[in-house]
Amino acid sequence: MPQVSLTVNGKTSTVEVEGRTLLVELLREKLGLTGTHVGCDTSQCGACVVHVNGASVKACTMLALQAEGAQVITIEGLAAADGTLHPMQEMFREHHALQCGFCTPGMVMSAIDLVQTHPQGITEDEIRHGLEGNLCRCTGYHNIVKAIAAAWPIMHGKQVPLAAE
Amino acid sequence: MYDFAYQKPSNVADAVKALGADPEAKALAGGQTFIPVLKQRLNKPTVIVDLSKLGLTGITVTATAVTIGGMTTHWDVAHSEAARKAIPGLVDLAGQIGDNQVRHRGTIGGSLANNDPSACYTSAVLALGATIKTDRRSIPADEFFAGMFTTVLEQGELITAVEFPIPEKSHYMKFRNPASRYAMVGVYVAKGPKGVRVAVTGAGQGGVFRHAAMEAALSANWSPDAVANIKTPPDDLNSDIHGSAEYRAHLIGVMAKRAVAAAG
Ligand SMILES: Cc1cc2nc3c(=O)[nH]c(=O)nc-3n(C[C@H](O)[C@H](O)[C@H](O)COP(=O)(O)OP(=O)(O)OC[C@H]3O[C@@H](n4cnc5c(N)ncnc54)[C@H](O)[C@@H]3O)c2cc1C
Ligand code: FES
Ligand code: FES
Repeated sequence: MPQVSLTVNGKTSTVEVEGRTLLVELLREKLGLTGTHVGCDTSQCGACVVHVNGASVKACTMLALQAEGAQVITIEGLAAADGTLHPMQEMFREHHALQCGFCTPGMVMSAIDLVQTHPQGITEDEIRHGLEGNLCRCTGYHNIVKAIAAAWPIMHGKQVPLAAE
Repeated sequence: MYDFAYQKPSNVADAVKALGADPEAKALAGGQTFIPVLKQRLNKPTVIVDLSKLGLTGITVTATAVTIGGMTTHWDVAHSEAARKAIPGLVDLAGQIGDNQVRHRGTIGGSLANNDPSACYTSAVLALGATIKTDRRSIPADEFFAGMFTTVLEQGELITAVEFPIPEKSHYMKFRNPASRYAMVGVYVAKGPKGVRVAVTGAGQGGVFRHAAMEAALSANWSPDAVANIKTPPDDLNSDIHGSAEYRAHLIGVMAKRAVAAAG
């Protein structure tokens, strides 16, 4: 069987896969990282979004073998070792940006990419358009948009994070 | 998904050879169309040839043309300042394809080879009179598309680059399907070295097409009013759950008018 070597959340692994194994299957079934979800068969919902070499991509629409040598970050790789949440996770919690939570890992991964690619500031309109690849059937998006707007100044060092509870 | 063998050659000649050796071998670019197709078991390739290591990425801008490597992502086109200065309409179009995640992986070569009747790039290629460069020849836009999901590409022929002549002005206006993000109707208008050309995507039963009546009207008078009253017959247009042929015919007029207004 073919092998793929990649670094996931800082840890390098070499895994045996089939040609048809998707990156999301590698993450969930071979590496046990079930935070990355699968919500559709049509590449539309974004529940599976992870970062590959710094860019947000749909892990259900990439072969595991295409990730050879890649740096992959999943939702499990965001919090610090002591459990301190990433500012985006913290703002999702603070602004109640989730209900069932199914879309949340993908939303958070897309949102971080969105904030990182807007270093000069981000408007509500840009946030809403930037989430086109992520569907949420619960929240109605308003609180997700608020959480992302609140995470922007923290991620760009313009505001200190809220004190941990 | 059926299983297949996977290869990642490091030059175009080897990729062409691998694809030519087996009629069931298929090229893989960004996978944003092909992987969903594989998941639905609509295709059963024996070998998948990944094009990502062939060195086909990059954008070159000269005084007269913008050339985009076949494996260049929609994201990279949408964020190219040099391309934006030369053909802003084309760069805006790339930024409207799908969503950020699709744009990070999807490529111009994959989009054109696939010739989805609702794809965006097809309209720019046709309206700007681009040339499709492959591993073996150069194909003018007017000869490239051969009906929906069909092109004149031979088995194993690879798009290596697309050359767009720089127009005087051009713009793409898209009415997107809110769920899929594809074009319900998209109209690309251009005035340039190849004359005035109008291409319509999302609507035609045979895929992207040029709109002769609008081209004539805009050649005589480049203004939104010139196209405002041109009716498009619905006979050869698509009807589906998203909209009837009559609805699409109407949208063509509205999108064309807005595209000319935005082109200036
Ligand atoms: C949710 C979603 C929304 C989308 N919205 C839009 C949209 O609004 N507008 C739009 O235009 N598109 C849209 N797309 C499609 C997207 O643009 C794809 O990237 C594109 O159609 C295919 O490009 P790819 O690089 O992913 O090709 P692949 O999926 O890898 O390949 C597609 C086909 O082209 C062949 N091929 C690939 N590269 C080459 C090459 N260089 N030479 C010869 N043959 C080749 C492959 O063998 C395959 O048959 C969307 C896709 C998704 C998943
Ligand atoms: S699981 Fe829906 S886009 Fe990947
Ligand atoms: S919180 Fe339930 S799908 Fe988004």
